[in-house]
Amino acid sequence: MATALDSVAAVADGLRAVGYLPGESTALVAFLAGKLGKPILVEGPAGVGKTELAKALAKTLDRRLVRLQCYEGLDEAKALYEWNYRKQLLRIQAEGQGTGWDEVQDDIFGEEFLLSRPLMDAITSEQPIVLLIDEIDKTDQEFEAMLLEVLSDFQISIPELGRVEARTHPVVLLTSNNSRELTEALKRRCLYLWLDYPELEHELAIVRLHVPELDATVTRKLVEIVGMVRDLDLKKPPSIAESIDWARALLLLGAQDIDATVFRETLSVIVKHRTDLDVVAERVGVKLGPAAGLAGQPRI
Amino acid sequence: MPASRASEGIAARLVEFGEQLRAEGVGSGTAELLDAFAVLEQISWTEPEDFREALAATLAKSQEDRRTFELVFERFFFRAAESAAIREGVREGAADGSAEQPDVDLDELRRQIAAALQQGSESLMRDLARLAIAAFGRRHEGSGVIGVDVQRIRRALGLRAEPQHELPDDDPRRDGLPREALRRFEALMRRELERAQIERTEQLPPSRPLNDLDRALPSGPLQDLAAVHRVVAQLKRRLKTQGQETRGHQHHAHVDVRRTMRASLQTGGVPVDLRYKPVRPRRPEIYVLCDVSTSVTSASVFFLSVLHALHDSFRKMRSFVFIERISEVTDVFDRERDFRAVSEAIARDAGVADVSGYTDYGRVWSEFRALVEDELHPRATVIVLGDARKNGRDPRADVFAQIAARAGRTFWLNPEPRLYWNYGDSVISSYERHCQAFECWTTGQLEDFVKALTRPPHAA
Repeated sequence: MATALDSVAAVADGLRAVGYLPGESTALVAFLAGKLGKPILVEGPAGVGKTELAKALAKTLDRRLVRLQCYEGLDEAKALYEWNYRKQLLRIQAEGQGTGWDEVQDDIFGEEFLLSRPLMDAITSEQPIVLLIDEIDKTDQEFEAMLLEVLSDFQISIPELGRVEARTHPVVLLTSNNSRELTEALKRRCLYLWLDYPELEHELAIVRLHVPELDATVTRKLVEIVGMVRDLDLKKPPSIAESIDWARALLLLGAQDIDATVFRETLSVIVKHRTDLDVVAERVGVKLGPAAGLAGQPRI
Repeated sequence: MPASRASEGIAARLVEFGEQLRAEGVGSGTAELLDAFAVLEQISWTEPEDFREALAATLAKSQEDRRTFELVFERFFFRAAESAAIREGVREGAADGSAEQPDVDLDELRRQIAAALQQGSESLMRDLARLAIAAFGRRHEGSGVIGVDVQRIRRALGLRAEPQHELPDDDPRRDGLPREALRRFEALMRRELERAQIERTEQLPPSRPLNDLDRALPSGPLQDLAAVHRVVAQLKRRLKTQGQETRGHQHHAHVDVRRTMRASLQTGGVPVDLRYKPVRPRRPEIYVLCDVSTSVTSASVFFLSVLHALHDSFRKMRSFVFIERISEVTDVFDRERDFRAVSEAIARDAGVADVSGYTDYGRVWSEFRALVEDELHPRATVIVLGDARKNGRDPRADVFAQIAARAGRTFWLNPEPRLYWNYGDSVISSYERHCQAFECWTTGQLEDFVKALTRPPHAA
């Protein structure tokens, strides 16, 4: 394992090789997390590639990705483990009258009756894995507190069984959209990585990587426009994924240039709120019209 | 210097750095500092970027902390390097060796700088910043004020973020320069000028704590909307999840007798399952009064926007603005979503300023009482936002007391820091007797207040 985590440059190269272009700090923090064995807390707006980072890391390291999607009301029965009650009942009935209480009790609280959930999976896996705890900010504080044991010591205490310790050392990523403040205790155990919308050149490289067939000048213009749209105050600014979608859409339409008409027709790929649509059409679409006309003419 | 002493030095430095971070409100404890040491063993210190990122990843664990970290980092290591330079007597040649650089071709310099900005190369920009300072420092007399000099040089170089179509095609400035790089370049120039100043005077300027106003509420109409929406979006979600914290603290739940009896039918009339009355969230009725005289306008409108965006958390909400007179603006907010449009509408329609434009609290209280007297009842909440400066008029705290007595809860939000309260013509203390007063000049304080406002009654 982990030949890829030997140096910052190696991590960056590894990520690039699987189609993820890391920013400056991304590779560094991933490298440090591997070295120190600490979880990474990744924060940032929606759609900047937080989840993708975990997937790319898993690919780079050639490890299995175990994903725990968080939501309100997630509890340990769904995240950690649960006893398989039906099987336990069947067992008790099958044993019949003959056996004593102690034996049955020892029996039915064995690993055989344990339903393991993602976190348990991650801890008990034979092979080293990458664990992704997605959108941790959606859960309750109680759940966060429960995670602490897993994150700092990579172990789970089950009252009936004792302690289950990790056999290998997983790489752990937690993502958050920053919709609520996470507890200090959780933050203390993690390295912190803030992912923001990439700079122009960086995003350009990302879009090129995913949609290489699109004309280079169109791609550049597309990224510039997306940057402009992000500068407006929108309910939901377009994410990187949406830039890529837009590039794909333009490719399908066979667009040679982004002028006002093309922009208006494909706008809904990157902007997804009614009020936002108006704002963008008003502010960016207008700028685009004459500029496209001027730029288009000498080329013909 | 022997290696052991050097490493001891850096350890002490890092602890010192951690202390400065803490002083600026970044909560980095011993655990974080230990992590920072562990991290520094893994990276090469010769890469300034890596060094900073690695420290940031372990010490600053939220976006706000990260911003503070950047500022403190720059300040700390800049000062550390400069004080070492003074101690060791290291001087740079450029300050007195201006003769060694013959005439710099200004046009060429402009072009190179613009190209470097386009590329965004940090080290190139730093070198060019020094060259620019040297070139222009000789032409004009420096004004001595660093900020002024920076802007002068920037203008002389013709560096602008807007496209400049009159320039020739191959000039990299033609399509405008990236704003971020421009800002960075200005910061570098500022840094170089500071360095030169320190060299001249051979002492460091006094260290100054970060300006608290960096984190204050939006004060200009330009940084408005985005800030409002950000705060509101976060507040909404936080309010939604916050119930869970208080759920554990309910000591006395009330038994719902009717539902318990019905449930007992299943068990032959024996009430085995106790049913409790559900706890309904408190949805207060709110009356907001906001001062919109020039001194506090933006804070008021900001606050009103936040409350209106949260209106579904309240049973009923009426908002008023006042300067000399009072005027209801509830429907303005129903109509307009745009922060700027709201401020304009208030300025245009509300008709609250008579002559002087100075707040007249006495009159406002009387008018408010006349308007809502019948509606006020113990479940109503009155919130006043204002600086409580009487401007030489009668504050009529007695009328305010009557209003406060009729309403269930009365809050006062003062957009001035507590330091200035009761100073000059501020009469907040005479109102504070009848209500709870809060400081409210950062988004954090505002958030705390809104939380307190929507908290269920027994948790309070």
